[in-house]
Amino acid sequence: MTDTALIIADQLVKRYGYRAVLHQLTLQIQRGEFVALLGVNGGGKSTFLRLLAGLTRPTSGTLTVGGWAIPDEIAAVRGQIGMVGHQPMLYGTLTARENLAFFARLYPITDAAARIQARIEQVGLKRHADQPTRTFSRGMQQRLSIARALLHDPALLLFDEPYTGLDQDAAALLDALLLEAHAEGRTILMTTHELDRAARLAQRIIILQRGVVGYDSPAVGLDGLTLAAHYREVTGLAVARE
Amino acid sequence: MRTPFWQVLSAVFRKDLLTERRGRELLSAMGLFALLSVLVFSFALQLDLTSRREAVAGILWVTVTFAVIIGFSRGSATERENGSFEAILIAPIPRTALYLGKFLANALFAALVGSILLPLMNVLYNVRLVNTGAWGVLLLGVIGLAATGTLLATMTVQTRSRETLLPIVMLPVTLPLLLAAVTATNAIITNSPTSDWVGWLGLLAALDGMYIALGVLLFDYVIEG
Repeated sequence: MTDTALIIADQLVKRYGYRAVLHQLTLQIQRGEFVALLGVNGGGKSTFLRLLAGLTRPTSGTLTVGGWAIPDEIAAVRGQIGMVGHQPMLYGTLTARENLAFFARLYPITDAAARIQARIEQVGLKRHADQPTRTFSRGMQQRLSIARALLHDPALLLFDEPYTGLDQDAAALLDALLLEAHAEGRTILMTTHELDRAARLAQRIIILQRGVVGYDSPAVGLDGLTLAAHYREVTGLAVARE
Repeated sequence: MRTPFWQVLSAVFRKDLLTERRGRELLSAMGLFALLSVLVFSFALQLDLTSRREAVAGILWVTVTFAVIIGFSRGSATERENGSFEAILIAPIPRTALYLGKFLANALFAALVGSILLPLMNVLYNVRLVNTGAWGVLLLGVIGLAATGTLLATMTVQTRSRETLLPIVMLPVTLPLLLAAVTATNAIITNSPTSDWVGWLGLLAALDGMYIALGVLLFDYVIEG
C-alpha cells in the first residue's frame, strides 16, 4: 500500500448468485489519478464502481476508499463520492435547478443556492436552468448529471460509461468537463468502451477481463490504435469503437 | 458526515410531491383505476340494499389496496429506471429518513384516492360512508398500506417480474390490516354502536405502528439487494 492510494482493492470478489463478476481483484488507485477502466460487457467494470459507491456489497475480499473499509464504513465515504452513470439519474419533471436543489439537500452543505448557480454555469446550462430536464438533449442531461455529482465537492468521481448516446459535440463538452474536474484535484475513475478517448483523457488504463486486471499501464505514449491492440490481446475481441 | 435526518425526510417528501404535481403519474393511475373499479362493481353487483351494504366495505378496501399496488409499483419503477434512486442512495443520508419521506408522500397519495372514493361510493351504493368514523378507518388503513407498499415496492422493483410480484408479496402481508379495515367499515355502514368498531381502530393503529417499524428496520437491507 502506498501513502497516496485512495482506493485499495485486495482479493475482491463479487458474485451474483453462482456467477462471479469480480475474481479476487487486486488494484490500487492513487489520489488525483484519472483512470480509465476498460473491458468487455460483463467484465466487472460497472460492478467495481457500484461497490465503490456502496450500491452493492462485496462477497469477499477487502475494499477501502481513503482508508475507510467498504461496506462497513461506507457512511464515512459517501460524502466523498460523486457518480455519473449512463442513465441521467435526474427527475425529468423537475427543472435543472430543482433537481440540483433536491440533491443538494441530501448533503450537509450550507451554501446550496450559490453552489447550484455556480455548477449550472460551469456546465453551461444557465439559459436552461428553469426548464424541465425531460426536455433536455442527452448531452445536456449528462452535463447536468455532472453538476449534480460535483455539488458536494467530492474527492472521488465515478463515471460509468458517460459517453453512451452522446453526439460528437456533446462528447467534446463532456471531455472538457472531465478534464476540468480532474484539474481541480479530484480522482476520476471512468468506465468506457471508447479506447481512443480513454487513451487521450486518462493518465492510466486498466483493462478488466473476467473480473481481474488483464492490463494496467500509464496512458502516456498510448494512442487509440496501440491501446486497441492491447485490448484485443487481453480480451480476445475485435474493438468496436477505436 | 451525515445529512441531518429531518432535512432528508423533508427533501424526499417535498420532491415526491413536486414530481407528482408536475407529472401526475401515480395519482392518475391510482385514481383512474379506483374510479373504474367502483363503477364496474356498482354495475356488476345488482344487489338489494342489505347485500350491498355488506359488500361495500370489501369493494372499498380491495379497490384502495390495488390502487396502492398500481401506483407504488409505477412510482418505484420510474425512479429506478432513470437512475435517480441510486443517486439518492449514494448520498450520506440516514436510510430511515428516505423511507419515512417516501412513506409519508405515498400515504398522502393513497389518502387522496381514498378521500375521493368515500363520497363517490356513498352516492353510487347509497350507503353511509361520509362520516368521521369512515374517514378515521380510511386514514389508518392507508397508513398501513403505504408503510408496507413503500417497503415492498422498493424491494420488488429490483426484480424482473415486479408488476406481478408486488401484489403476491403485499396481499398476504396486509391481510390482517384489510380484515380489520373491512370489519370496521362494515360496522360503520350498518350503523353499529361505536363500541362495536372502535376496537378495530385500535387494532389498525397497532398494525400501522408494526408496519412502519418493520419498514424502518428492513429498508436498509431491501435497498442493498
